[in-house]
Amino acid sequence: MSDTQIPLPSLADRVRPVDAGVPVVGVHFLGSLPVFVLGEEILLFAGDDGERRVFVHAGAILASAADERRVVTGGDDGKLMEIDADGNRREIASDDKKRWIDQVALGPDDAIAWSVGKTAHVRTRKGELRTVDVPSTVAGLAFAPKGFRVAIAHYNGATLWFPNASGAKPEFLEWKGSHLGVTISPDGKFLITTMQEPVLHGWRIADAKHMRMSGYSTRVRSLDWTAGGEFLATSGSEQLILWPFDGKDGPMGRQPKLLARGETRVSVAACHPRQPVVAVGYADGTVKLVRIDDDAVILVRASDGQAVSALGWDEHGQTLALGTESGAAGILAL
Amino acid sequence: MPTPSNIDKIPVTVLTGYLGAGKTTLLNRILSEPHGKKFAVIVNEFGEIGIDNELVVNADEEVFEMNNGCICCTVRGDLVRIIDGLMRRKGKFDAIIVETTGLADPAPVAQTFFMDEAVGARTKLDAVVTVADAKWLTDRLKDAPEAKNQIAFADVILINKTDLVAPEELGELEARIRGLNPYARLHRTERAKIDIGEVLGRNAFDLDRILEIEPSFLEADDHHHDHHHDHDHDHGRDHHHHHRGNGLKHYHDEEMQSVSLKTDKPLNPDKFFPWIQDLVAKDGPSILRCKGILSFKDDPERFVFQGVHMILDGDHQRPWRADEKRDSRVVFIGRNLPEDRIRQGFESCIA
Repeated sequence: MSDTQIPLPSLADRVRPVDAGVPVVGVHFLGSLPVFVLGEEILLFAGDDGERRVFVHAGAILASAADERRVVTGGDDGKLMEIDADGNRREIASDDKKRWIDQVALGPDDAIAWSVGKTAHVRTRKGELRTVDVPSTVAGLAFAPKGFRVAIAHYNGATLWFPNASGAKPEFLEWKGSHLGVTISPDGKFLITTMQEPVLHGWRIADAKHMRMSGYSTRVRSLDWTAGGEFLATSGSEQLILWPFDGKDGPMGRQPKLLARGETRVSVAACHPRQPVVAVGYADGTVKLVRIDDDAVILVRASDGQAVSALGWDEHGQTLALGTESGAAGILAL
Repeated sequence: MPTPSNIDKIPVTVLTGYLGAGKTTLLNRILSEPHGKKFAVIVNEFGEIGIDNELVVNADEEVFEMNNGCICCTVRGDLVRIIDGLMRRKGKFDAIIVETTGLADPAPVAQTFFMDEAVGARTKLDAVVTVADAKWLTDRLKDAPEAKNQIAFADVILINKTDLVAPEELGELEARIRGLNPYARLHRTERAKIDIGEVLGRNAFDLDRILEIEPSFLEADDHHHDHHHDHDHDHGRDHHHHHRGNGLKHYHDEEMQSVSLKTDKPLNPDKFFPWIQDLVAKDGPSILRCKGILSFKDDPERFVFQGVHMILDGDHQRPWRADEKRDSRVVFIGRNLPEDRIRQGFESCIA
């Protein structure tokens, strides 16, 4: 890399600042309304017409997920909450021992999945409850894009569970080590986990064939699929790492694309929902947009030493919201 | 081996001790005393805290092997997750206390702070505090390897229930403990009654403190403890006593020992690092802990390191002071340590 400092084209002055004040741990869009998930207690609705803080948990917010009409959050108060765009709150479930709701995922047909300790729960639209226990604490939870199926990451592998197939034994995909996050490819063919070590592990679901994706400098904490599912974009290195998932073998025997080299590690990656563009947040507070085809980069936020902790697009890809560990946040309308 | 700045890191105290030794009594005492501090407490599923505390988390002790081909590289998976959750409430508490079950090996807890970058970046291990039952520890050291590990691993040891044993027995017990772990601080307590300042905020994993306060244990020939005084024993209270070696017999445990190394000659870093990395790679499973302060040739800064089994963590700490003796000191505690080979290896690192 050369050291010549050609300033990047920048959209930084077009970012509308939002003062979250406390660490931002997630961001979602309800239609065009950006909703920041704060580390404790609050969802911050940051509409064009003003900000509004909605109290949702008496404590830390540990997990969140959203679809077009609601944000669902799990807290260390043992509650699972649903919040709509008007700020109406509804308690969906609570743990009778006030144990933490560690993981939350939303699926097709209004289904909600969450976990408490070693137990994963699913609630269907009709309000039916299903549970499954896995051998160790649920560390990651994701619905398959098609069919009513849930992937659960835990120690020594991942479990694939059909909540409606009562009595059927969930499928267990084994790989030694601690699996912390999980996602299923948009075509439903591959299951990928992040691990305690700086690697990803993957299985082709049809035949449980293994894939090991390594080379990271730190644990991978952020994963997102590009529009159409062509690539899996990942944090954990000084560049954005994109693993190719086109074709029947996924990344087996292939090299990842390395884009948008930063001064520090990538902390969050969020793919544009329609274009081959990824928003990339770094540990030094920088946010960039990178075009996958030619590695062209635009600056969205300059570094300030505070790690980017949340990035999200609205469903049309017209607005990007960002948040940092120090409580700075912003909204960029494109 | 980078170590981020310790500023703003939340201190974590690990409470260990064999079943029935008095861990929960100590924990309840810490939580109920009017010290004005707030603690987040991670208790094992069998723990019973008698005190209302907003930030109590029940944990299953999930010990996970790392997928790096090293069988002694384990982490507490539950701690990785819980500390991540707790740090979202930063500002609501001053410190974290982790209570382990009576049969727990302290190594995975300690290793979590070195192996998980997110945990290590936001918290620091303050001390491993082991509560020992004065009446039963001698027996447990014979039949329970967990109890021996907990003693060997400790930075601070409370010999509890001293009212149940005779003074001579206590002396014997202390000597046995010293035979396993010469550098932990020992306190005699009844019903775990102790000034919490002796237990919390020790910064015991800060080597500077250990090696400067208790240099007598680090002399190459540690059979001759000096019995001067406790020079940091600055409070006049006498509800517990701070004993170090006073007239003790010296016990050598057949299995577990410590090896203390010292030299006033500067070390060659190009020899030292390959040597210690090779040593822990080969003998890591038997090395429970190691710590050291090093003076390298032509290096104006002190280098400090510590390790658990095969994991080493270290960095330049600060410039050597003009009035300071530039000694290098290293301590190993472990099982069946190859002492002669370790000594020869260390000698060969002298520049």
